[in-house]
Amino acid sequence: MALSLNTQLSCHDIRLTFGGVTALDGVSFEVMDGEIFAIIGPNGAGKSSMLNCISGLYRPQQGEIKFDGLTIRDLPPHQRAKRGIARSFQNIALFRELSVIDNIMTGRHLSQRAGVISGGLFWGWAKCDEEHHRAVVEEIIESLGLQDIRRCAVGSLPYGRQKRVELARALAMEPRLLLLDEPMAGMNAAERDDMVGFILEANCRRKITVVMIEHDMGMVMDISDTVCVLDFGKRIALGSPEQIMNDPHVIKAYLGEDDGFF
Amino acid sequence: MRERIALMIKADMGLFHSKKSLAATVSFLVCLMFVPVYGSSYVLDVVNRIGIAVIAALGLNILTGFTGLISLGNAAFMAIGAYSASWLAMRTGINFIFCIPVAGIITAALGMVVGIPSLRLRGLYLAMATLAAHFIVEFLAVHWESVTGGVAGLTISSPTVAGFALDSDRTVYYLIIPTAILSVLFVSNIFRTRVGRAFIAIRDQEMSAAVMGIDVFKYKLISFALSSFFAGVAGALMACQTRIITPENFPISIAIDSLAMIIIGGLCSVIGTIFGAVFLTALPEFLRLATTALAGSFPELIGKLASLKELVFGLLVILFLIFEPHGISAIWQRTKNRF
Ligand SMILES: Nc1ncnc2c1ncn2[C@@H]1O[C@H](COP(=O)(O)OP(=O)(O)OP(=O)(O)O)[C@@H](O)[C@H]1O
Ligand SMILES: [Mg+2]
Repeated sequence: MALSLNTQLSCHDIRLTFGGVTALDGVSFEVMDGEIFAIIGPNGAGKSSMLNCISGLYRPQQGEIKFDGLTIRDLPPHQRAKRGIARSFQNIALFRELSVIDNIMTGRHLSQRAGVISGGLFWGWAKCDEEHHRAVVEEIIESLGLQDIRRCAVGSLPYGRQKRVELARALAMEPRLLLLDEPMAGMNAAERDDMVGFILEANCRRKITVVMIEHDMGMVMDISDTVCVLDFGKRIALGSPEQIMNDPHVIKAYLGEDDGFF
Repeated sequence: MRERIALMIKADMGLFHSKKSLAATVSFLVCLMFVPVYGSSYVLDVVNRIGIAVIAALGLNILTGFTGLISLGNAAFMAIGAYSASWLAMRTGINFIFCIPVAGIITAALGMVVGIPSLRLRGLYLAMATLAAHFIVEFLAVHWESVTGGVAGLTISSPTVAGFALDSDRTVYYLIIPTAILSVLFVSNIFRTRVGRAFIAIRDQEMSAAVMGIDVFKYKLISFALSSFFAGVAGALMACQTRIITPENFPISIAIDSLAMIIIGGLCSVIGTIFGAVFLTALPEFLRLATTALAGSFPELIGKLASLKELVFGLLVILFLIFEPHGISAIWQRTKNRF
């Protein structure tokens, strides 16, 4: 986690409302190049809404979002993907009918070039190109240990596996910024450990900046460089894990909940 | 290790999953070559109509089965293809053969226009928009007489290839069937590449597709263009086969037949499309033969043939939707796996 001092993503004064509900209320933060940035907070705090604003699925009514110093506020999701932003979803959003390989291959969409005619002829370079990108995907499949289910339709896989395929699909985009919405929710201990390993590897080896929403506090405090706490759409704390653990606002927000904090 | 992965990639990319299926396909194609030699004019007519139905249904399957955009506009696109090819051939004197791909491209362009509402409309609402397109085309076919010939329609002189007139079922066969085979190959290839994956991704999970970098609207339009291209080519071939086209050649029931073909054959399956087209084109012929055979004992049946066809079609669609939503292609897959 070699931190550089360059800001990669900056969100400034984001405000998002749905009718009468205020999901985000003037949230600001900056994510440094190469860090693991965690967003935590109670249910309904606005964490997923924040990720949706960054990846372009929601348009905030107010505020500025910059990636690499350039505004991406008005770009549609596919153009943000082109800039290097990938993500996974809280409720798995894989392509159910496609196999594991084909799901991950969609991550190569932006790096591939085939069009309708070259694809339909499937001759010469179009074929080589497909072959090349499949080889890249095979490497990802191997590094995430998905070999045994390569050809299965994802819809038929157990939950933990699907989460892993979703990570693989996002990694296939070779993104610079990876947004993960509760990547470990609903997993058993062994699956969680594997997932933590994959996230750390993406961060260290592939130098991908990670913005992650997670409820597992122990894990968040272990691997994050910076933690941002949201509550009722407001940022109530921002800082290193140590700072967050001792922050009176955070303790209060979490003690108000039944399940406690640590 | 490296070689093993390279082999797996080759296998994943291949069109045929085994040597057996390759051999079966080749022998099937060889058999097709002998149809015009041994087939009667009646058999050839049916086979030609199957070929045209395969191309039209393939077009619809790209849009509805693979991209998830329900369309009732297939007959309209076939009409556009048929009229534009015929009009071109008549006005410019260009050989009809060359007018077929041009008609396909014209239909593709118009198909994209019809696809524009898909930016906002989904499901049944989009189906309604394509239905509107159908009635507009039908209206134009009747009333834009300078181009379409109105109710009387257009008569096409049979095209010639190298001095060889395609004027019988036997000769037209050599135009229709190779076109159908090439269309099947082309579409199968599309689904080995990123374009086909983008279509399926949009159908399965549009939001995810956008996040993966797929320009959803652009690919929906491409799907409309590709789909109507094939429908247009099918229409042009139909003009070539019947040599007279009128608005009555393209009623809404043709669009519904295409839809029934892909549902019964298998949405999202190229081979299923072929099965569906064969099945539903041959079925009325079979019903006709059956009613003629039974005419001795039940003379009133003959008069009810048309409604009998509709009844059987409707029943089949419902039964398939309930018991085999993946269509004949799923049955085929299971049978194949048993060997
Ligand atoms: N598409 C939407 N339409 C209407 N309201 C929405 C929508 N998305 C989110 N909200 C509302 O915004 C608020 C924040 O929701 P969000 O999903 O961002 O919370 P969260 O922090 O991710 O919660 P959880 O931990 O349960 O995932 C909630 O009150 C939710 O009801
Ligand atoms: Mg959430």
